[in-house]
Amino acid sequence: MGEFLLVTIQVDMHDRLALTLQDDLTAQIVRHRTRGVLIDISTLEMVDSFIGRMLGTIASMAHLLDAETVVVGMQPSVAITLVELGLSLRGIRTALDVEKGMTTLQTALSEKEEIGHAGS
Amino acid sequence: MQVLDGASLEIRSSEDIVIVRQAVRKKSIALGLGLVDQTKFVTAASELARNTLDHGGGGTVQIESVQNALRRGIRLVFEDQGPGIPDIDLAMTEGYTSGSGMGLGLSGAKRLANEFEIWSQVGEGTRVSILRWK
Amino acid sequence: MNSDSSNVIDDVISTREREIMTQWLDLQAKSSRRSSAAQKQEAIRESNDFMAALKAVSQKEQIQDLSAPGWGPVKELLIGLSARRAKGGYTPGETASFVFSLKEPLFSALQAELGKNPEAVLKAIWQVTELIDKLGLLTMEAFQRSREELIARQQQELMELSTPVVRLWENILALPLIGTLDSARTQIVMQNLLEAIVQTRSDYAIIDITGVPVVDTLVAQHLLKTVAAARLMGADCLISGIRPQIAQTIIHLGVDLSEVTTKATLADAFAVALRRSGQALVQNGKNNGSTAS
Repeated sequence: MGEFLLVTIQVDMHDRLALTLQDDLTAQIVRHRTRGVLIDISTLEMVDSFIGRMLGTIASMAHLLDAETVVVGMQPSVAITLVELGLSLRGIRTALDVEKGMTTLQTALSEKEEIGHAGS
Repeated sequence: MQVLDGASLEIRSSEDIVIVRQAVRKKSIALGLGLVDQTKFVTAASELARNTLDHGGGGTVQIESVQNALRRGIRLVFEDQGPGIPDIDLAMTEGYTSGSGMGLGLSGAKRLANEFEIWSQVGEGTRVSILRWK
Repeated sequence: MNSDSSNVIDDVISTREREIMTQWLDLQAKSSRRSSAAQKQEAIRESNDFMAALKAVSQKEQIQDLSAPGWGPVKELLIGLSARRAKGGYTPGETASFVFSLKEPLFSALQAELGKNPEAVLKAIWQVTELIDKLGLLTMEAFQRSREELIARQQQELMELSTPVVRLWENILALPLIGTLDSARTQIVMQNLLEAIVQTRSDYAIIDITGVPVVDTLVAQHLLKTVAAARLMGADCLISGIRPQIAQTIIHLGVDLSEVTTKATLADAFAVALRRSGQALVQNGKNNGSTAS
């Protein structure tokens, strides 16, 4: 995994757990100077607007700490429901699984570098 | 329409929302809904339960098996004695466009269910019912 | 014999059951082209069951009131029979004749029993007619419902069959849509596509709408939903088969396709997908074959 962090969201989550996750994650990103975060939701049988917002918050916080995020392993029925629900998950990268997620992160990170160099 | 059975659950904390989700999932499986339809209905329930908690100050949900001449279904009735919604139509349109908050839950739940009914009175409370037919 | 209305059927069935059954089965056989031994056996069994149930209820209930609970078994029998016959491809006539052909034998039996009292005969015949007609209608309605359910199921299966997902390349899928795209079909399309993305681990999905005759606001919304769902699974979606008229319609409708790559033909979309995945079709120098590199 190297400079990437893998988080697996497993349990039917309630608020306190979600906030704890966010705190833990940001602490880890800083501590390990993580560049990329993979959030594995492959065991989640449901994603509602609360969980959607949580994912968005994590992505935004990570970005502020100079790390990029990708959500992996969404179940088809969850994807279909999210689309119907009207939750756009804008600005959140998604990938089929951990392997593809890492490729996505690597691409995102190298694009970031290019932009960084272009600026200097 | 006939009500075959019913149970009531409290929604006073976020752990309760998880319990409501699990109960609705169980009921949906028993009704014989496919995975996508189950997920849609459970998600609708989760949205409305969260609304009841966050905006209604807590409340209850009645989970019922129903039946009419042609088919069977599940009905959920969320009720709270909260502040009520001054303009329901506005809330539901805004929710859809802003993608956040109570409005999204309401309009989303409506899209994810077969039937949707809402009653709300400022200062008295709100009642939302959704129904899924097999 | 007692010609009181509630007992007239009960009486005549008790005393003349044999001849009624014989005549009834005979009429049924005549009105049906079903000739297999199994089907004949089934008809006999159904007739016996029906007669037994009819006897049971006419001993207790007013024959006029079909909503009385005692009629439950008879009604269920007829509903079951209709469902079986609907599934078995029987015609409406063949199903209805089960009930209606019982009139004649009952009339003959009543005539034989009450012959000396023409008034009683008339009254009894009237009641039997009413009863048989109601039961006949019930049978037809049940038959109709079963047929409708059957058709709905077949439509569903047809929808699922008509939305195949094709694997164009190692990580490129194509979804040629044919016909209209309503919300029920869209869910099936999405399920098929997403499942295919999971199974083949594809990065690209091309939705070809050449075979979709009309693209209105709803169809466009369904398309966008499908694209969004595929994206959530990490696959990039392209839409091909955009004809000039459709392009115009989409602009007029104000549908925002700016975030989706659209191409006129499946071939063009395929080339784009290949390029994006870092591949290209190259013409082999030595012969006319092409290989992907």
